Amino acid sequence: MGFWEIMFEQFPYFMPLLLRGAIMTVTVAVGALALALLLGLVVALLKMSPLRMLHGLASAYIEILRGTPALAQLFVIYFGLPDIGIHPEPVTAAIIGLGINGSAYLAEIYRAGIEAIHKGQIEAALSLGMTPTRAMQYIILPQALRMMLPPITNFSIILLKDTALVSVVAAPEIMFFARNLVTETFLSMHVYLLAALIYLCMTIPMARVVAVLERNRQAWQ
Amino acid sequence: MPGKKNSEPKSPDAPLLRIRDLHKSFGDLEVLSGIDVDVRRGEKLCIIGPSGSGKTTLLRCVNYLEKPTSGHIWIDGTLIGEKQVGDRFVHLSDHELAKERQEIGFVFQRFNLFPHLTALQNVTIAPRKVLGKPVDEAEAEGKAMLEKVGLGHKFNEYPERLSGGQQQRVAIARVLAMQPKLMLFDEATSALDPELVGEVLRVMRELATEGRTMVVVTHEIQFAAEVADRVIFMDEGKIVEDGPPAAILTNAQHARTRAFLSQITER
Repeated sequence: MGFWEIMFEQFPYFMPLLLRGAIMTVTVAVGALALALLLGLVVALLKMSPLRMLHGLASAYIEILRGTPALAQLFVIYFGLPDIGIHPEPVTAAIIGLGINGSAYLAEIYRAGIEAIHKGQIEAALSLGMTPTRAMQYIILPQALRMMLPPITNFSIILLKDTALVSVVAAPEIMFFARNLVTETFLSMHVYLLAALIYLCMTIPMARVVAVLERNRQAWQ
Repeated sequence: MPGKKNSEPKSPDAPLLRIRDLHKSFGDLEVLSGIDVDVRRGEKLCIIGPSGSGKTTLLRCVNYLEKPTSGHIWIDGTLIGEKQVGDRFVHLSDHELAKERQEIGFVFQRFNLFPHLTALQNVTIAPRKVLGKPVDEAEAEGKAMLEKVGLGHKFNEYPERLSGGQQQRVAIARVLAMQPKLMLFDEATSALDPELVGEVLRVMRELATEGRTMVVVTHEIQFAAEVADRVIFMDEGKIVEDGPPAAILTNAQHARTRAFLSQITER
């Protein structure tokens, strides 16, 4: 049998399993993104703090997480934490691992976005009687967020693909099912190509979003 | 609060703005070296002087965008940026400082409009979010302020679609909407193309006729001559001369003032 005949024959068997994995992939990606967005903002604000110690802590956090492989971080959480009596579920470990890892990157995106806002903006807000917190809320963040949207969406694409890593801690996402199918059928080329195609179907629309955001950003500035 | 003595009794004759022995240094560079000024209620004070003379820094100290190195500022008898606890001066919290700044309008050289907001939103955001006014009240007042500065047809434009002169007039309306006791203008026309200077000065002239207290840092000598009750000439962080515009602008006592004025009128 030729390549396409096998593909055609096995497709109805492979696809439902891989799509089940895709749902988990999206779940992990969304969960990790939410965690990274929140944690990243906290880290960014700490890094911009005038207090030396907070700035130092945030810098160290970012350096360590960006300087070590996400895979190593995942292993520490999933295989390391049980040593001290914590036994995270695979999916929980995956979301926390990728979320913490991503927060380091997002913190830098946030910081760059906030620092790109002209100093005159905060001064104008303060001179009108806003507290620094209100100025951040009504003047700085709304402007910074528009600038940060393209890099944040880019980050989301990378994150979605990086969820493939979490198959190693047995979170049942696309690559986890793909590997099982290969073990079962030995059809490596067919299975992995299909898996890659599913990722592509998700990332292409996201890349379009980035393109549109980039265009809008230029129009607005 | 017990022990907190932040205000003096207000008398109608007391100056609205009082600055005493103000010093400001950036690192080793002393930009203000002992400034004493009183500004009466309703007075129009113009500050002139070469660039680097400290006039902008002085203005920025008044609303505490710059923290003075030493010295004190009072507006309407209230210490700015600090409070007296016993015989010590303590910095205000962010919240207390913000409250004081509500009463001090500041017009920036580079306008500093909020680019993500329309002209009307620029004018209403502080009344809404700082004073807590309801949207319709803030908008009615904001529209009136924009009409006052001749921008009744630009409510919904974003700053990028406005000329420099229009942007600066929105910035003035934004300040007016907070109904400040004192208005500070930091070279409000210096960043404008020459043909746009007139429209901004016209608005400032009109404000001057309304009994507002204004401190104007400017290079527009003609404006100072017509509008100011008093002119201060600053150089190297000190007040060199202080008096009525006629005396300073046409009959300066100090050589430095005369040299500066002849340079500026030669342009």
